[in-house]
Amino acid sequence: MTFNELQKKSRMRLLKMHFESGVGHIGGNLSALDAMLYIHHYILKENDRFILSKGHSAGALYIALWSIGKIPESDLATFHKDHTKLSGHPAPNWIDEIPFATGSLGHGLGLATGMALGKRLQKQSGRIYCLMSDGEWQEGSNWESLVFLNHHQLSNLIVLVDCNGLQGFGSTEEVASMNSQRLYDVCSAFDSDVKIIDGHSEEALKTALSSPQKKPLIILMNTHKGQGVSFMENKMEWHYLPLSEELYHKAIQEIEAL
Amino acid sequence: MRDLFCNAMIALFARQPFVFLTGDLGFKALEPLKSAIGDHFINAGVAEQNMVSVAAGIAKTGLPAWVYSIAPFAYARPFEQIRNDVCLHNLPVTIVGNGGGYGYGVMGGTHHAIEDYGSMLCLQNMHVFAPSFGPDVAASIDRITALKRPSYLRLGYAEKIEGLDIAPYAPWRKILNGTKGMVITTGAIAGSLVKSLKDEPEDSRPSLWVVSELPLDDLPKEVIHEIVTVPVVCVVEEHVAQGGLGQMLATTMLEHRIVPRKFNHLHAEGYVSGFYGSQTFHRNESGLNKENIIRLLHE
Repeated sequence: MTFNELQKKSRMRLLKMHFESGVGHIGGNLSALDAMLYIHHYILKENDRFILSKGHSAGALYIALWSIGKIPESDLATFHKDHTKLSGHPAPNWIDEIPFATGSLGHGLGLATGMALGKRLQKQSGRIYCLMSDGEWQEGSNWESLVFLNHHQLSNLIVLVDCNGLQGFGSTEEVASMNSQRLYDVCSAFDSDVKIIDGHSEEALKTALSSPQKKPLIILMNTHKGQGVSFMENKMEWHYLPLSEELYHKAIQEIEAL
Repeated sequence: MRDLFCNAMIALFARQPFVFLTGDLGFKALEPLKSAIGDHFINAGVAEQNMVSVAAGIAKTGLPAWVYSIAPFAYARPFEQIRNDVCLHNLPVTIVGNGGGYGYGVMGGTHHAIEDYGSMLCLQNMHVFAPSFGPDVAASIDRITALKRPSYLRLGYAEKIEGLDIAPYAPWRKILNGTKGMVITTGAIAGSLVKSLKDEPEDSRPSLWVVSELPLDDLPKEVIHEIVTVPVVCVVEEHVAQGGLGQMLATTMLEHRIVPRKFNHLHAEGYVSGFYGSQTFHRNESGLNKENIIRLLHE
């Protein structure tokens, strides 16, 4: 299966899961899905770990894990329902591929930093990947972690930021004068490798994630909220809105036609 | 207790490696530990939220982690990190709060920890250890290490007690006999209560029990017997009433239909006069002293 086919299949399954459960947060799931698919299919090795700091994109994580056979199809039907492991934000203590429960923003980077440091101290192999949102950088704890991970030069840590430019009640520009270039400038002032890439491009993800690493790596991914669905793309309201039946079918038709 | 803590941690590292993180504190106290454990001693800087998340991440990779700071900076500033990152995942991370209660005295209210173990015990999987006497520190560390779960260790000033053999560490211990009632306490304030009560005749003082681990499990039979036979039970703690030992004990007694003849609860009252002073000043303002206890026992 090509990456394009994987993207298509996964987007449709993500929308089906969210539609059937009546759950929103679709826009930020679609902006982060491509990177999560690429990492889980082509990058992660046995001793690597992935932490989803933007826990509100749990749906995309579940789909990525479903696509590599770690979550069965039957579990997806339980998403957001009673007696499920697939809660709206990742739950703790049930699957190795989700090392930490997240959902409150500003935790994942510190956790990933700790795992990277713990591995280094114990001479364990493997890298730690952490996917964050751009709005999440308004949380002060991340700046504490940024100082720490640079000071300790954790070269087994890869931080990805889903820079879709939109958050819960405005754009990152409107709310905090923040964008990927501003984040690049600030992060570059520390001692990490910092890159800005197209977060939906297989080639760009491949290049950024496969280069040799001697320092912490921070990849700022320019993305589109609602990627792949025209009426959702770059629309703030799709941070929260669930899909109506009409719009669900319209979205599926669009993806199938690609 | 800091020096005792430092020595006990050095001894522990030889048996069981761990990572020790400090929030830029420990000057003239933790240098021996830093020397002993090398790269496993990490000054995480003035950044307590990250420090706790990092500790959780380290623990996830298989190394127990200890997080150290002045008590309120250790449990209050990073409360959500303790809740989500440590407790939800039941990880072997120990939050070490130095200066429990009014331990930092005239340094002011920002440095006091009078709601520490109550707030910690609200969290899933959390256990609290409140040593009272010097030897309790190493014993607490051993218990925490065996527990392998989220823990909060409340350190304070260990009074030197002369002329009395203190019973060895246990979750419940009787330190003094007495007939005028029963005082139950926890943490470092026990030392000052022992010092002030030990030379009083047994027939004019209360017995003194020390609790060193919370939450309370089932009460020992000897404790239950004493609760129902003495004229008055008085809980004394350097902690606010809400979530404190007094409330925990009262609930436990009610659940087990254990009924004392009379029950009093002396606890931290906050800042009664609006003035600040030593730990003893604040304890006295809250009535956490021998005189107030004796007065209550005779009411």
